[in-house]
Amino acid sequence: MRIQVDAEKCQGHNRCYALAPELFDVDDYGNAVVIGDGTVSPELIERAKLAVANCPEFAITLSE
Amino acid sequence: MTVYEPPVSIYGPVQDWATDFDHADPEYNRNAHRIWAELRGTCPVAHSDRYGGTWLPVTHETVREIAYDTENFTSRAVVVSTVVPEDPAPIGGAPPITSDPPFHHDARRLLLPPFSPKKIAEWEDEVRILCRALLDRMEAKIAAGERVDAAIDYAQHIPVNVISRMLGFPLEDDDLFRQFVHDILESINGDPEERIRSFERIDAYLLAQIEDHRANPRDDLTSYLMDVEMYGQKLPDNMVGGVILLLLVAGIDTTWSAIGSSIWHLATHDDDRRRLVADASLMTTAIEEFLRAYAPVTMARLVAQDHDFHGCPMKKDEWVLLPFPAANLDPSEFPDADRVLIDRQENRHAAFGLGIHRCLGSNLARLELRVAVEEFIARFPEFVIDGSDDDVVWSVGQIRGPRQLPVQVLRS
Ligand code: HEM
Ligand code: SF4
Repeated sequence: MRIQVDAEKCQGHNRCYALAPELFDVDDYGNAVVIGDGTVSPELIERAKLAVANCPEFAITLSE
Repeated sequence: MTVYEPPVSIYGPVQDWATDFDHADPEYNRNAHRIWAELRGTCPVAHSDRYGGTWLPVTHETVREIAYDTENFTSRAVVVSTVVPEDPAPIGGAPPITSDPPFHHDARRLLLPPFSPKKIAEWEDEVRILCRALLDRMEAKIAAGERVDAAIDYAQHIPVNVISRMLGFPLEDDDLFRQFVHDILESINGDPEERIRSFERIDAYLLAQIEDHRANPRDDLTSYLMDVEMYGQKLPDNMVGGVILLLLVAGIDTTWSAIGSSIWHLATHDDDRRRLVADASLMTTAIEEFLRAYAPVTMARLVAQDHDFHGCPMKKDEWVLLPFPAANLDPSEFPDADRVLIDRQENRHAAFGLGIHRCLGSNLARLELRVAVEEFIARFPEFVIDGSDDDVVWSVGQIRGPRQLPVQVLRS
């Protein structure tokens, strides 16, 4: 599975970085960036789903 | 002890909440959850003739749609009042909150770095020290047999002290700041002349602080703002002043309200308080749930041009309230929306707004709220309201939170 952040939608609420710092980082302006190529290892899938469900701007997607 | 004096609406008491609502009627904040629930079922975008015409959307969907639609709704004024400010779009009187695209992006970008998560994390120790000092004072009062108030003795001081430290302003001006914020945010329905004088007073104060920083530059947010460049030029003093005014107004009352409401919840819900004291790992979800359930901030927009919004004939220069707190309680977005669940896992609440104006201070506000609650319950694991819930006084206007919150500490 892979996560992606839509930079157009992300407004830097920072929920993803707080919930799953293994998967997300933030830039100097507080906007989210995925770590590496966004591949989610099996043990982090639940965390990734949590990040998706808590992003107020619906900016994160988790896909095959 | 400061006593909170709610303003009185020049329009008189509300007769009917669907057709004559007034967010500055003391009954509004007191009964907000019930009023929104009723409107959601009957009239999801209500209208009132007050303030020259005001709309009130109460569903998550309509609030979100308006927040995203910067063409039809301008931010050039965000606090409903009897006077529509003259400052034109797209800049407005206090960028970036009063700005629209495309200018908004550039003004906001200047301010983002000092408020980014990593920069704000550096302030944690300071915030903690400050909270502990306030708790020491509360403990001393209790030991002397005096009554204590979690809003007056604790919550209200935290954001004032933190932001004035970040700005490099004299700490002895804390009381002055609170008065400024009160004048501007909570006397919205009073005399327009007095309101103008309030702005003049604070402008003069800020210009003096800027002069002082020009003479003695230092490593703080004021000097940062005076130094930063936009379109290759430093900001003129009045713009620096406008940004600082915004940080004071946007950061103080709001955070104070969020801390107060969270403590109010813990004072009135023994189970939640005991669970949180026993299990610190619940803190993250609890804080987000307090932000959802007691979101303190309702913003506003002005209708930019006549248009039809879901059958509502909106007229240019009418106000539109943007009640993020009502969006957060919409059952179509949040299961069990009216229940406070401190372990709620999925919580995409909109307490810090939606879209391009997402609260610039959200990382700071979250830090202050979390540390304030952590320190309070660590010091006072058992506390209740001193008296009855009628002794709790809630604010009036667009920022909702307890202004008087007498607490009785049972065990410290
Ligand atoms: C719990 C506390 C707080 C809450 C609930 C809150 C809420 C909000 C909301 C809902 C907005 C969106 C405004 C809109 O859509 O028009 C906003 C904007 C803003 N807030 Fe906060 N705020 C809080 C604390 C703070 C703090 C501590 C600061 C700074 C010190 C701050 C600074 C700002 C600024 C500068 C904006 C304007 C951003 C822009 O227009 O791009 N806020 N806040
Ligand atoms: S939670 Fe959503 S809006 Fe916030 S930083 Fe992450 S991706 Fe961006």
